[in-house]
Amino acid sequence: MKIDEFFSVLRSGEWLRGTGSYSDIVISSRMRLARNIKGFPFSAKISQPQKKEIISKVDSSLNQAKFSKPLFLFLMDDLNDLDRQFLMERHLVSLEHTQDPQGKAIFISKDETISILVNEEDHLRIQVIKSGFDLPLVWDVVNNIDEKMSSALDYCFSPDIGYLTSCPTNVGTGLRASVMVHLPGLIMTKRINRILELIAKLSFTARGLFGEGTQALGNFFQISNQVTLGSSELEIIENLTSIIKQLRSQEEEARADLLLKHKLNLENKIWRSFGILQNARIIDSAETLQHLSLLRLGVDLGIIKGISYDMLNALFIITQPAHLQKLHGKVLSVQMRDALRASILREKLVIT
Amino acid sequence: MQCDVCKDNVATVHLTEIVNGKITEIHICQACANKKAQEIKSQFSISDLISGLTNLNSMSKKDILVCKICGLSYEEFKKIGKFGCGDCYAAFNEEVKYLLRKIHGSSQYKGKFPKMKMSADFSLPSRLKELRKYLDRAISLEEYEEAARIRDEIRVIELEINKQSESK
Repeated sequence: MKIDEFFSVLRSGEWLRGTGSYSDIVISSRMRLARNIKGFPFSAKISQPQKKEIISKVDSSLNQAKFSKPLFLFLMDDLNDLDRQFLMERHLVSLEHTQDPQGKAIFISKDETISILVNEEDHLRIQVIKSGFDLPLVWDVVNNIDEKMSSALDYCFSPDIGYLTSCPTNVGTGLRASVMVHLPGLIMTKRINRILELIAKLSFTARGLFGEGTQALGNFFQISNQVTLGSSELEIIENLTSIIKQLRSQEEEARADLLLKHKLNLENKIWRSFGILQNARIIDSAETLQHLSLLRLGVDLGIIKGISYDMLNALFIITQPAHLQKLHGKVLSVQMRDALRASILREKLVIT
Repeated sequence: MQCDVCKDNVATVHLTEIVNGKITEIHICQACANKKAQEIKSQFSISDLISGLTNLNSMSKKDILVCKICGLSYEEFKKIGKFGCGDCYAAFNEEVKYLLRKIHGSSQYKGKFPKMKMSADFSLPSRLKELRKYLDRAISLEEYEEAARIRDEIRVIELEINKQSESK
């Protein structure tokens, strides 16, 4: 199957629907499990034929597992650069998975909530992502997939130190639980740094929009656990849950303070951002993210009405470079992309 | 807006970095951005961190350790920060435990266990050893039903081992 047949470019995955609890501040909840299969070298030492063998083993284990949601296989080396970037913009693959694609693969569910990366840093990265704040539900889904796959695949596991991974930073549970949050209030009130320091003290970390090694854009952060050994999966989930609850109340407090003390300034900022998005003829992706973030805040606070979260979230995704080029059907220069992005924003942000 | 680095050109690239839990914003021109990209490439990575940690545990003679299964040497591991296979963990056992304590603040696993299954390539003694660990764990978690099931399985394997040694 081709990427273009599988995805509808304009439609974002389930996790961006803007539903679920805390959806004003929490965009999505995500978990991934790192697993390796016994009898095969890890990524640093694996050969191309062995990678192929792993893909077919995983494929048959998935067929055996008979999930209610069918998973579709894409070989990364069958895809072109644009397709790979497109998958990354949709948060289905990691940056690492798009680089050096030989022998790498991904299984994706149609609603894009489940993606299984094969032959990334570990043989398997089982990922589940859902909109809103619901870590227990995400854990149920990812754990169920893991249990079913483990009855067909023999994992590298030690009773003393848990699941063995390529990098010692993932050993143990192999679990990375992360929640994507939108924190414009904490940034505007300059309280964010103090909070990020606290999060770091609790062995949790804040990453940028696309995870490891990426920038914090548009006031979005991914809060995730750093430690995978010494705590059980449920402890990690409980700790992250309480951190997010704290973050949410801090963000709400910051927003309330802004409304109380700087209402006119805040409204001015939000309406100006809306104005730029509705009127610009040329706009780059960083500026778009920045204004969309403020527009989202405006919608959260009821200052701007008539724009749905679904639409807002879709705009975050479709204004990215690979999505624009997919929409247009061909490779575009930076200048052409900036113009196309502006025209899409103008077209979509008409309040009826 | 002026470039933060050269102060000559107009800043067209805007970076937000999180360093040690602090957000910093920089606005730079394309030329300085290219330089910065080079810097980032050569910046501290996870493998540097790991080799830094292992160096603390002065282990000159341990550097000749090699995993017999995949051929990765400890020296090589320090460079790339990644293991070559699951057996590396046993091959570098002591060093690994030290490293894990440094990274995670613990070297004791508390998570879930994969579904148990008998696979053909398991030798009985190693299976037995593994089962005894499962048993200890089940008892410590007061999962007595599970413990009883494991105990039964251990008995079967012990009988099997006895049979095999008698027939030899």
